[in-house]
Amino acid sequence: MKKRPEDTKVVVGMSGGVDSSVTALVLKEQGYDVIGIFMKNWDDTDESGFCTATEDYEDVIRVCNQIGIPYYAVNFEKQYWDKVFTYFLEEYKAGRTPNPDVMCNKEIKFKAFLNHAMALGADYVATGHYARVEEVDGEFKLLRGIDNNKDQTYFLNALSQQQLSKTMFPIGHMPKKEVREKALAADLATAKKKDSTGICFIGERNFKDFLSEFLPAQPGEMQTLDGEVKGKHDGLMYYTLGQRQGLGIGGAGEPWFVIDKDLERNVLLVGQGFHHKGLYSEGLEAIKMNWISSNHPTGEFRCTAKFRYRQEDQGVTVIPKSDGSVLVKFDEPERAITPGQAVVFYDGDVCMGGGTIDRVIKKWENA
Amino acid sequence: MESIYLDHAATSPIDPRVVDAMLPYYYEHFGNPSSIHHIGRAARQAVDEARQTMAELLHTKANQLTITSGGTEADNMAILGYATGHEAKGKHIITTMIEHHAVGHACKELEQRGFEVTYLPVDEAGKVHPEAVESALREDTILVTIMYGNNEVGTIQPIVEIGELLHDHQAVFHTDAVQACGSVELQLDELPVDMVSLSAHKINGPKGIGLLYTKKGITLKPLLFGGEQERKRRAGTENVAAIVGFSKALELTLETASEKRERYLRYSRVFFDTFTNMNINFVINGDQNDRLPHILNVSFPGIQVEALLVALDMAKIAASSGSACTAGSLEPSHVLQAMYREKGQERVNSAVRFSFGITNTDEEIDYAANEIAKIVKRLQDQQAFIS
Repeated sequence: MKKRPEDTKVVVGMSGGVDSSVTALVLKEQGYDVIGIFMKNWDDTDESGFCTATEDYEDVIRVCNQIGIPYYAVNFEKQYWDKVFTYFLEEYKAGRTPNPDVMCNKEIKFKAFLNHAMALGADYVATGHYARVEEVDGEFKLLRGIDNNKDQTYFLNALSQQQLSKTMFPIGHMPKKEVREKALAADLATAKKKDSTGICFIGERNFKDFLSEFLPAQPGEMQTLDGEVKGKHDGLMYYTLGQRQGLGIGGAGEPWFVIDKDLERNVLLVGQGFHHKGLYSEGLEAIKMNWISSNHPTGEFRCTAKFRYRQEDQGVTVIPKSDGSVLVKFDEPERAITPGQAVVFYDGDVCMGGGTIDRVIKKWENA
Repeated sequence: MESIYLDHAATSPIDPRVVDAMLPYYYEHFGNPSSIHHIGRAARQAVDEARQTMAELLHTKANQLTITSGGTEADNMAILGYATGHEAKGKHIITTMIEHHAVGHACKELEQRGFEVTYLPVDEAGKVHPEAVESALREDTILVTIMYGNNEVGTIQPIVEIGELLHDHQAVFHTDAVQACGSVELQLDELPVDMVSLSAHKINGPKGIGLLYTKKGITLKPLLFGGEQERKRRAGTENVAAIVGFSKALELTLETASEKRERYLRYSRVFFDTFTNMNINFVINGDQNDRLPHILNVSFPGIQVEALLVALDMAKIAASSGSACTAGSLEPSHVLQAMYREKGQERVNSAVRFSFGITNTDEEIDYAANEIAKIVKRLQDQQAFIS
């Protein structure tokens, strides 16, 4: 039998943003025994002693006092560095474009933090993600948040049954607009706070400056697919496939885009036009697969997929291989599929899981 | 049990008798002691009497006590005030690696201003060796500042020995006795120190009030400028009620010093025995033969102190560890790091400070020791949920 809310201890991961604030409020209103915990994962203290985590934590304090719940902080800087940031740098070094948010959910929020909460005797952790968890016959399903524009299951694709069994997403059934309205109605200190964007540890800083602090850049040539030199690049890691800005190639005709990276020759391949044929591919291979259901698919099946956050679902055919990786065949050619990013599969509203894009398949017959 | 407060080294509840002594100075005698009229005179009389009482309790003279806004200001006044006022004699200062931040960060500020600071190490018990002070002394040393009793582990420093070896040196000797006050005898006329910082809220007095004792002849450059209060050492209208409260709190805490000592040492034994009987893996930090009796610092190997403190708080037991950063998470204690260095990280990261106070009862201590042991055992035995 399920515990009554008042006997159920829920630890809310509070970031100092409006979503996690409303998460705590909703749970409190439902009668749960709620505790707010702020995670400090990154030290960005500058010379003047200022750190953005301080302001966020002060917002957590204000909101928790408004709601009437205790609050604490926990430091996962070491775990974050070892599990998320190291991966982030390794991926860039290998010429891929990593997704630290997926890794942060898998290793920090739903592992280090979940373990911390469980050690404290919590029944569940809750976060302000736009997603839903549903238990059906002892099996936990990850469902899209009902606000399709905000759905965050893309970032949660690497979670396991065990992780989902202890997780609540109380605002997953609310549209973002309603979350804001609820925060305003309750006059929460974070009601009007701007949503954070970008990668948390980089914040508002220039991405290139940030990365150059940690990885040596190797400048090289920009070439067309035919080998015509079009200029210099500052280091392949600074560029993402399909990117237009920052190439500095002028001249007549359509704008220039990043088509591919040739790591061996340290050449950035560029081409003209948003729809340049070199940007399109017919399939991909994904590794490090996580299937959320305990029944892993073994045979070929059809579903929809996202290759980046907030993308419209695309029709695909998935072909599981014996080593656990999958081949994915697109119904229509896809633009700018980026190795290192996540591919996430959906069956209607159910997020089935996902993996890391390892290889782009330009022509399916060469798969 | 409703709630058990074991964090008296952070701050202590005010004694009702102290509040009673203070209240008239908020209502009837609200005057400004500098005013020449009868309302001001009443306030002035209260401040003078409180200062006189404190001087007698501390075995010194009233004109050697400068009232401050607390221990932090007293430390800053002593260190910045003395150093910047006596630069001509030299720019070298000696302190330790285990000082309260009010001392440590004041010394860091002096480094910014061109002074040189030697931070003396401590042994594993948290003690500074007088020989280390002696060998750090230079001709241009002008100030030695070493705390009386440590606020995290309670270790009492050899203040008398250090003071005596400085006798023939130009350097003046300051000690932060904020945490020691109430537990150790403070006979200022016999103690070989030149400046002593004290604070009221650690001894069941009000927050926001402290004092700096300065031996006759010591001159300080003021930190605050304005009116001529505190003989021009510290401008600002006196916090009359708090000064009265400080005096009362000092009187009360000294009256019961030996009784408290016995009681707190007994509490420590209850903790020790309970942890031992329940087979808890623990180790006590600090000098067990020479420590402030109200501070008991314990490491529980295998435990993350952030989890332990939250679990204790959920059980309504208030304790603490090191200091929190502005984003709420705990910084490893600089005191324990100085004691154990790199090889003792486990001990540093699993240390909790329990500090006792006058309102604690035997029942509370028995109950708390058992609860703490149960929580520690649970955390030590627990496997991570996701491995």
